[in-house]
Amino acid sequence: MIEAVISTLIGALTAMVPLVLTSVGAVVSERAGVVNIGYEGILLMSAFFGAIFAEITGSPWIGLLGGAFIGMLLGMLHGFITVYLKGDHVIPGIGVNLLALGVVAFGIPAYWGTAGQHQVPTNFRVTPIINTPYGSLSPMVLVTIAIAILTHWVLFRTPLGLRIRAVGENPEAADALGINVERYRFLATVYGATLAGLGGAFMSVDWLGTVTKQLSAGRGFIALANMVFSGWNPLRALLGGFIFGFFDNLSVWVRTNPEVQRIIPWQFVATLPYLVTLIIVAGIIGKVRPPKADGKPYKRE
Amino acid sequence: MRVDIKGFAKPLVESLIAIVIGIVVGGIILAFSGYSPVKAYVALFDGAVGSKYGWAMTLSAATPIILTALTFGIGARTGLFNIGGEGTVYFGAIAAILLTNLWGNILMGLLGGIIAGIAWMAIPAFLKVLRGVNEVVSTIMLNWMAYFIALYIVLQKIPNPEDPNKTIAVPASARFPIIMKGSELSWAFAISVIAALITYYILWHTELGYELRVSGYNERAARYGGINPKKAVIWSFLLGGIMSGLAGATEVMGRPPSYAISQGMANIYGYGFDGIGVSLVGRNHPLGIIFSGIFFGMLKAGATAMQIEAGVPLEMVRMVQGVIVVAVAVPGLLDLLKRVVRK
Repeated sequence: MIEAVISTLIGALTAMVPLVLTSVGAVVSERAGVVNIGYEGILLMSAFFGAIFAEITGSPWIGLLGGAFIGMLLGMLHGFITVYLKGDHVIPGIGVNLLALGVVAFGIPAYWGTAGQHQVPTNFRVTPIINTPYGSLSPMVLVTIAIAILTHWVLFRTPLGLRIRAVGENPEAADALGINVERYRFLATVYGATLAGLGGAFMSVDWLGTVTKQLSAGRGFIALANMVFSGWNPLRALLGGFIFGFFDNLSVWVRTNPEVQRIIPWQFVATLPYLVTLIIVAGIIGKVRPPKADGKPYKRE
Repeated sequence: MRVDIKGFAKPLVESLIAIVIGIVVGGIILAFSGYSPVKAYVALFDGAVGSKYGWAMTLSAATPIILTALTFGIGARTGLFNIGGEGTVYFGAIAAILLTNLWGNILMGLLGGIIAGIAWMAIPAFLKVLRGVNEVVSTIMLNWMAYFIALYIVLQKIPNPEDPNKTIAVPASARFPIIMKGSELSWAFAISVIAALITYYILWHTELGYELRVSGYNERAARYGGINPKKAVIWSFLLGGIMSGLAGATEVMGRPPSYAISQGMANIYGYGFDGIGVSLVGRNHPLGIIFSGIFFGMLKAGATAMQIEAGVPLEMVRMVQGVIVVAVAVPGLLDLLKRVVRK
């Protein structure tokens, strides 16, 4: 019994990492007024490149940073189109998601010569900080919790956070106060995408240890749902990420467990994270309010 | 009738620029990956349009993605980002197989696709209307649920007892006649063109279409004009569901040789995602979608030739599609390019 509790807890904490990192990033981006639905693609591409960086350098940490770097580049692309060119916020995100499908589906056979899947060698994985017979805990779990808390503190307790929230609530007023709306929005977008990139690389070089074209498996969108669930609050996104992480871990676990598969078809359990996401989002809409200028391009009059 | 040439020309040119950017960036990535971009593209376009057979393959590849593009396009015209085409295709295909095995004719198969499409798309429609759930999140979650549910049905409920690599097949009496012998092109292609023309008629020549477009253009103005935006949302999803349901149905009824769903749903996977790109490049206009659908069909049909002749993984075309869509998202691409050129 106690083993089951420990292994479930560790599993949920691990699965939480990409969801929380992406959600916290999305919170900052949307608090500044920029909607980005391209996180799914960012997770996927940074997982792919993160694995490559890790294998080239032999260091999982450089793999993680490399993933964050890819996220940063994609965030700059999104920020450039939405903030500086005043483009639609949704379409570039769709584009990045489609691009990721292509890059990874093309990249896996082109780079590793294998069809559809690449296994990251275990010596390129991050060394766990806690090892139990029922699972091991990655230091990235602590990093994720720290990032969520720190982001919360900056967002709600510092002048920087106040400015970020101001450009998302009322860009006209912020502009009148001399705040550079475009710069804050751009940097917030880049921050969000960088965190997602870190989360993506975590999936390939630490948690799942594999690269496939379905690796992100909707987690970018579950993270967006978690952001709504949190009411655009990083600490609540941490809590929500743990709940979603539990179901995420459950579905990953069931898929590799023949005992359970004999009782219930694994496909049904696999739908759970998505079903839970839908139910939670449908249940809390109307109770939370997004930032006022969220998703609206700001043009100086 | 006054034709607004300037109004048509600009989006057309911008779509063409986006396509060129996609092809160029794809070429750069090819070169970096150690392939010859010229050899790859020559093989691709030669395979797609270099012969009658190539054209047949191009048009058959265009069939499902024109239909799934209509799903996204109808949504976009109503102000919705309906990304649920992907999951709907699976159920359209499954329903067509089931119904044609009960009654062996084409109409029953199409009806199956339509009913399945309406039923599955009703979920995000009602979640949106009743609970205000953002359709981007709901349709993506439903796509993943559809994937696993459909996989269960394909593996457990309708496997082919004689061939473990596919499901039971559509009976011969319910298959679309082949247009060109030896190719995959059947009269199913006509279904997608007719669907696009009907969509055009509905959107621009009926009261319902007017209401859909007005609520997409400006919800507040629509409400002021006595239009119920909730009605528009529901109709938009249901019409979209019909299109993707048909995509699945025509795929199993009109695409030789299998007339079934193959292992891992490989032959019905990805059309919903392709459709988004097709619709955006076609500027979410049904007539534009026919042409961009044929262009994307070209990429898909030529990809196989490219893989065989230039050894380039055929997934490369997905990457080109992605770049094209990102380029489409850049507002005023034409003006931007002019400014750069002038400097």
